Amino acid sequence: MSVWNKQRREEEPSRPLNTNPVRPAPQAPPMEAKKEATTLSSMSNMPAGRMEPETSRGGSATIGKAVKIAGQIYSREDLYVDGDVEGTIELMDHKLTIGPNGKVHAGIKAREVVALGSIQGNVEASERIDIRKDAKLVGDIKTARIVIEDGAYFKGSIDIVKTEPKVAPSQPRQQPASAPAAVSAAAASAADAKR
Amino acid sequence: MGLLSDRLKSLLGGARSHANAGLAVNGGSAPRRIARAATKETVETRQSRGLDQFFGSFRNETGLSILDLGGACQDNVNFITSLGHKFYSEDFLRIFNETFGDDVADQSNPGRIDFFLRKSLEYPDEHFDGVLAWDALEYMEPALLVAAAERLFRILKPKGYLLAIFHSAERKQMAPCYTFRIQDLKTLQVCQYGERAASQQLFNNRSLEKLFQKFESVKFFLARDSLREVIVRK
Repeated sequence: MSVWNKQRREEEPSRPLNTNPVRPAPQAPPMEAKKEATTLSSMSNMPAGRMEPETSRGGSATIGKAVKIAGQIYSREDLYVDGDVEGTIELMDHKLTIGPNGKVHAGIKAREVVALGSIQGNVEASERIDIRKDAKLVGDIKTARIVIEDGAYFKGSIDIVKTEPKVAPSQPRQQPASAPAAVSAAAASAADAKR
Repeated sequence: MGLLSDRLKSLLGGARSHANAGLAVNGGSAPRRIARAATKETVETRQSRGLDQFFGSFRNETGLSILDLGGACQDNVNFITSLGHKFYSEDFLRIFNETFGDDVADQSNPGRIDFFLRKSLEYPDEHFDGVLAWDALEYMEPALLVAAAERLFRILKPKGYLLAIFHSAERKQMAPCYTFRIQDLKTLQVCQYGERAASQQLFNNRSLEKLFQKFESVKFFLARDSLREVIVRK
């Protein structure tokens, strides 16, 4: 067992990082795969030694149903929560899905939220929120668009916030509006560097 | 000692009455108050003068707080938010059902009434400009009904409106369950989806005036099939 592991470790550094993003990621050694099977599935797709989540739209992290997290979650990729989360969840430009087993006791900020399980807390979804049949949401919602299926339980308020249409880049008055975005992007990258 | 703790629970958390506690201990196999989904939904579209009056009173106003006691319904959310108002949702009958089940006697227990109102209508005084109660009040026994009307009075703003619907012109054992979906200012889609045990109260103009006596005005719209729409103004 140890001989096999040793051989693999020796092989890994010679492999270039991010050679081809379309190619499926190489399989992790058996021991690592065992550890992460029920927790954060997106991590298994990452090359060894690189813990930053991918920023591509295709990337998605999963919190399995046997996982309980207390604290702040900040993600730059889509997130699927089927476990218990207590605290805050922020996915500014991404989609959050609360699975049927998911129990979230948290304030949520995301681009899009799909609820199939239970949420207790205020939700801000900049684009839309989808509350499916059998879902339970107790809290106040701020969103541009809402879909509620029959059979869903919702207790709280709904504030429809009209999002301003995005201004085309060729227009001259767009420049001052983009400045804060640049600042926030810089802040985000600084925060990443700290991590 | 047991009696004392029961008494304390009743006062603080709203303990169930003895009859109901017995049911729960024995496995809680009592039939649900609402028989849902077993039968097909029947849908009917009808004109509603009460609805017209309700939203007519808010004409040219936006940013009001409207509470819907019928639970979250896509049509109602769309309609109310499209008028520029803030939508609040309470699934009043679901909470009623979870709290009291089939136990009619429990609806007279002050501790349980208080517990129910804290779960379903816990809002600051004078918080809402309008309340859509639909038929939620129709299934309640007198003590609970009076307490609920009192609480609704408190959470409505002065000059605020409440719309309620009462079907029963005669006493029945079972009454149909409905969901009310707003189609436009004057049109309601009424979906019937099952039956529930009916209150043995008789709702006529006189009893409703008495129920809403604290309000400034009570207005009735009697429709066909004995449906009575009531608009009350605080």
